[in-house]
Amino acid sequence: MKLTLKIWRQNGANDKGHFKSYDVVANEEMSFLEMLDVLNEELINRKEEPVVFDHDCREGICGACSMVINGKPHGPLRKTTTCQLHMRHFKDGDTIHVEPYRAKAFPVIKDLMVDRTAFDRVIQTGGYISVNTGGAQDANNIPIAQSIAEKSMDAAACIGCGACVAACPNGAAMLFVSAKLNHLNLLPQGEVEKLERTHKMIDRMEKEGFGACSNIGACEVECPKDIQLINIARMNRWYFSSAFAGDQ
Amino acid sequence: MSWLSNFLTSAIGRKLVMSLTGLFLIVFLLIHLTGNIMILIPDEGASFSGFVEAMESNPVIKVMSIVLILGFVIHIIQGILLYFKNRHSKGGKYAVIAKDNATWASKNMALLGTIIFLFLIIHFMDFFIPMKVLKEYGHHQLYHKVIAAFQNPVYVVLYVIGMISLGFHLAHGFQSAFQTLGVNNEKYSPFIKKLGMLYSIIVPLLFALIPVVVFLTHQK
Repeated sequence: MKLTLKIWRQNGANDKGHFKSYDVVANEEMSFLEMLDVLNEELINRKEEPVVFDHDCREGICGACSMVINGKPHGPLRKTTTCQLHMRHFKDGDTIHVEPYRAKAFPVIKDLMVDRTAFDRVIQTGGYISVNTGGAQDANNIPIAQSIAEKSMDAAACIGCGACVAACPNGAAMLFVSAKLNHLNLLPQGEVEKLERTHKMIDRMEKEGFGACSNIGACEVECPKDIQLINIARMNRWYFSSAFAGDQ
Repeated sequence: MSWLSNFLTSAIGRKLVMSLTGLFLIVFLLIHLTGNIMILIPDEGASFSGFVEAMESNPVIKVMSIVLILGFVIHIIQGILLYFKNRHSKGGKYAVIAKDNATWASKNMALLGTIIFLFLIIHFMDFFIPMKVLKEYGHHQLYHKVIAAFQNPVYVVLYVIGMISLGFHLAHGFQSAFQTLGVNNEKYSPFIKKLGMLYSIIVPLLFALIPVVVFLTHQK
């Protein structure tokens, strides 16, 4: 299949950036990233700069691949990362726009690669459970209702790829932060530091320059791991508690 | 009290303010509609004038009208602040705009709010300012002033546009207010969403019906 790619080329954060058109011949079995690999091989052979993009596991669990394909983070297929998106979902002769995530807190490093360390700094402020010593205790000694464990596991599916931020017209990271908070706060081990964690992570999220949620819901639709808006509702409740609760 | 100011200026704190003032204005709309719809009762404005009289003579309503104006002002100012904050957080526009991942209204709340605000200016200039501020006429004459104003087709069209904008604003705003409050679960969210949709259709429709019916039935 013959494709026309309009790929965003940008040489560093201070460069203005522009779309450049490339013709590429792919086949339907290729993943989107493999198709880009083919393009990059050709560019290298022609002694041109290859297109820079993030990728790692290529099996949908690391959250590294991060581009916006035809206006959608991770492309047109729901609940799928770019690495798991196959070319059979495109047609011969298609023109495909490929851009980096656009958000203030995710500055472009080069071409399609953006700096997502803002997420790491949010995690550093509270995305952990403070058990500093001893071995892990027997899991069966910690009683937890199955329904709660499921909710936590649903939130834990977040791979921190940042598609929610990229899809949000407000550049907000509420779905990501709420996923991390629900993952930890709902479990008995994480419940101890629930309010403190909520306060710290949201505070860091704001300092990183992410926007405010207006419940548009594009994040939920574009999330490759199907993280639900209900996580944000729960996060808001914890945040209200953390803001208004006294020490007693 | 720094914790409170920190909370109220945080992203979620600002959203809470938007949500609470929004819900307050939603309740106000019902009261406003209850009175206005009486204009359509064919009794030469007796019911409507009675309602206006009751409102004007009630001290609770007098106090609430100040709270109401505060509610509007806070909702508008906070909305503007959030719009600029969020615009700053967004890195730029995509070449292709995805349309199937969110409703149009949810992405255009600021635009819809601006249209409603412009409508409110016209609405205040028509009735509130001449009657309550300039005291050009008493509230007993309000019915005739309303009937006279809606003889003008331009006003009728402006009011209908205002109400269509209100409908879309509410279609997102109603359920969004509950989500911000953290009221979202499988038990009552489907009900809130349905109620919000019904509210955002019926209330603006009834409001819009008033100028249209007056225009059609009171032609000289």
